[in-house]
Amino acid sequence: MEAKLQEIEKRKTYLDEKSLKSWLFTLDHKRIGLMYLFTSLVFFLVGGLFAIIFRTELAFPGKQFISPEVHNILFTLHGALLIFLVIIPLIPSALGNFFLPIMVGARDVAFPRINLLSYWLFFTGAVLLLLSLLFGPIDTGWTFYTPYSANKGLNVFIVSLAIFILGMSSILTGMNFIVTVHKLRAPGLTWGKLPLFVWAIYATSLVQLLATPVLGITLLLLGMENLLGIGFFDPAKGGDPVLFQHLFWFYSHPAVYIMILPAFGVISELVSVHSRKPIFGYWFIAASSLAIAFIGFIVWGHHMFVAGMSPIADIIFSFLTYFVAVPTAVKIFNWTATLYKGKISFTTPMLYALGFISLFLIGGLTGLFLANLGTDIHLHDTYFVVGHFHYVMVGAAVFAFFGALFHWLPKMFGRMYNEKWAKIGWFFNFVGFNLAFFPHFILGIQGMPRRYWDYPAEFQGLHFASTVGAYFIALGALISLAVFIHAMFKGERASDNPWGGKSLEWTIPSPPPTENFEKIPVVEEGPYDFVKH
Amino acid sequence: MKNEHKEHIVTPPVYIAVALALYVLTVVTVWVAGIDLGKVLNTTIALLIASFKASLVALFFMHLKYESKLLWFMILIPLILLVILLALPIIDVINRAGYFGM
Amino acid sequence: MEQVLKSHHEVEEKHAGLEGAKMGMWLFLFTELLLFGGLFAAYAVFHTVYSKDFEIAHHHLDRVIGFINTLVLITSSLTMALAVWSAQTNRRGLLNLFLFLTILLGTTFLVVKLAVEWPVKFAEGLYPGGKEFNHLLQEGHKGQAIFFSLYFMLTGLHGLHVLVGVIVLLGILFLALRNTFSSEYYGPVEVSGLYWHLVDLIWIYLFPLFYLIK
Repeated sequence: MEAKLQEIEKRKTYLDEKSLKSWLFTLDHKRIGLMYLFTSLVFFLVGGLFAIIFRTELAFPGKQFISPEVHNILFTLHGALLIFLVIIPLIPSALGNFFLPIMVGARDVAFPRINLLSYWLFFTGAVLLLLSLLFGPIDTGWTFYTPYSANKGLNVFIVSLAIFILGMSSILTGMNFIVTVHKLRAPGLTWGKLPLFVWAIYATSLVQLLATPVLGITLLLLGMENLLGIGFFDPAKGGDPVLFQHLFWFYSHPAVYIMILPAFGVISELVSVHSRKPIFGYWFIAASSLAIAFIGFIVWGHHMFVAGMSPIADIIFSFLTYFVAVPTAVKIFNWTATLYKGKISFTTPMLYALGFISLFLIGGLTGLFLANLGTDIHLHDTYFVVGHFHYVMVGAAVFAFFGALFHWLPKMFGRMYNEKWAKIGWFFNFVGFNLAFFPHFILGIQGMPRRYWDYPAEFQGLHFASTVGAYFIALGALISLAVFIHAMFKGERASDNPWGGKSLEWTIPSPPPTENFEKIPVVEEGPYDFVKH
Repeated sequence: MKNEHKEHIVTPPVYIAVALALYVLTVVTVWVAGIDLGKVLNTTIALLIASFKASLVALFFMHLKYESKLLWFMILIPLILLVILLALPIIDVINRAGYFGM
Repeated sequence: MEQVLKSHHEVEEKHAGLEGAKMGMWLFLFTELLLFGGLFAAYAVFHTVYSKDFEIAHHHLDRVIGFINTLVLITSSLTMALAVWSAQTNRRGLLNLFLFLTILLGTTFLVVKLAVEWPVKFAEGLYPGGKEFNHLLQEGHKGQAIFFSLYFMLTGLHGLHVLVGVIVLLGILFLALRNTFSSEYYGPVEVSGLYWHLVDLIWIYLFPLFYLIK
């Protein structure tokens, strides 16, 4: 046993080379993935901190310690940072980068140098976003609606530029992943043998590629409105504020599928591996990822029902929006069917997967109320919407991220995390999340508007509960991240395949060598063939 | 970017023929624009000619005619999205009661 | 056991290769289509709504210059395609010539736009923030002002893409002059060509939309 351990310690891994230069100029997709991971986690904490601050303010009516202006800035930055620097890049750029090439049996992505460029564009956009604070922090909400955002001047211009650059990073990554899946699959690895995580990242890449440019042009135009006084979105100059919303949401609705599709992919991996059962309805799940990606492009107007669109447009978008529920429901059904009669291990990844399924169910169902024109009129811009999107973006996407993090931690670092403390972190995350956001639905139905700094006394109880929930989430997040960091450096040595997974990443050493595979494998089995051998 | 297999090489006569066609179509479109056929017809013809020219550029100059079916299928997707991106805002705007600015 | 035996054979390592690079460039071109697509959507909406104003405004643009520029760009696509052919058939001298001609024509396009067309508009005050532009807004001819805003945004963004294309082609020409390309290796030429043709393609739509239709 000693000798074997020594042998394992001597193995060459992608982590060996320790110089700063070797990290900053790396062409290794695994290192690039980790750089994305750590950058995003920093902003995760910053964005979360802003939420703690304004949730503390909102625990009681009236002013506690921040002004309405500061409150507006905080929720704007909370949204902008978490959406563009965390949730959108997190699973695809961090974990996707690390595992996609390995899962398709390749040594790296199709264009490693463009991959590095993607990361540095991401970093540049992040820095610019922070720099914009020096020119007066924005308070427009992350949605930058005109005309309010159109004559703010330099700060909106810089934020627009920052997000434009982030968009370029996203586009290049999407392009890289698509070519990788088409061109670099190992022999024998047909589309039907790809892990569903790969299908999910592929679908996400399509959306990233095709939707982001429209955000690019929208921000360019917003920047030009601020800089040159072009009036596309300003009625005084002949423009239309609703046009801004059309262009903005044409990207931003598919963007939410960029956020959730990778999470769906993760859940497919977690429920099958941690219950040792082949995924139920593989092709249905694969196809549903593509269906969601496509349908996601034709429903954006459901963010604009009360913005001033014509009733016909309202009806068309509402009608189309219902369709997206179908492939989504297919997934939930298939994951549940996978778990049925499976050999479920209640590991931390499984707990996050189960949490995901329940929270996403609530998030998805509440979306239906918003898709409905009649109810949306009352619920639009209330806390109901805030509850809905936090259930799907945090309850679902972030939970999937944590599940994925603990699932793949042993592979990335060759170490195991502390199961007990990881579960404690999960507990605070799960309880905290529901406590923080379930009240939002009730508050919303009762009429509490979103983005408001103050409210009538009758809403106070639920607001207070929500704030307590926020603190629980903070505790859960901090504990989970501490478990992660501790495991990275001091975790017990893990075996190469602690969960008994069958996809290609589990066939290589933990941590992997730089070149991933000693010899490119010839693939014969599927990624969920647990029953054989 | 080493070549794995022999690519179909398009020869200069084909390219020159396409360029000539494009010149002619440009002349035609300018000429037709000078004839008043009513807004709708003029616009439709101009866009149709432009689309035909664009197809020639894509099929021959960009080699699309000789590429794989996969690429043809891939191209369809942004085209469909473009149609949606243009169509839905137009549908919205023409159905509003009292257009802005009119 | 089968699998172990198989893995001892030489498995051909996959690379993106020429086909992968072309696919990558086509995917990037899709993003360009959607980038301009957003602007075309804005054009479509405003043209629908400001039909009369657009008709009045478009008379301010010189059809002849637009026509000439269109021919310039089409010819540059021809020379670009011939450059790729030259590389594919190992004709290094012709490759250099056609690359140079493409760059020349692209630059001509830019010069015509920036030194001939735009200055006329600036002199007439028909640009965002300009005297005549503001006058149009004050008089209630907002659609005409929007027309000029769209004109500058679209031709400006397009012009920027032409400029980037010229710069990229200068790089390709530089490499070509050092004998980097041959019938065995011409990917960068072909892939740059794809980008260049897109720039032509977008102009094929811009020309009628601004200069021709009412």
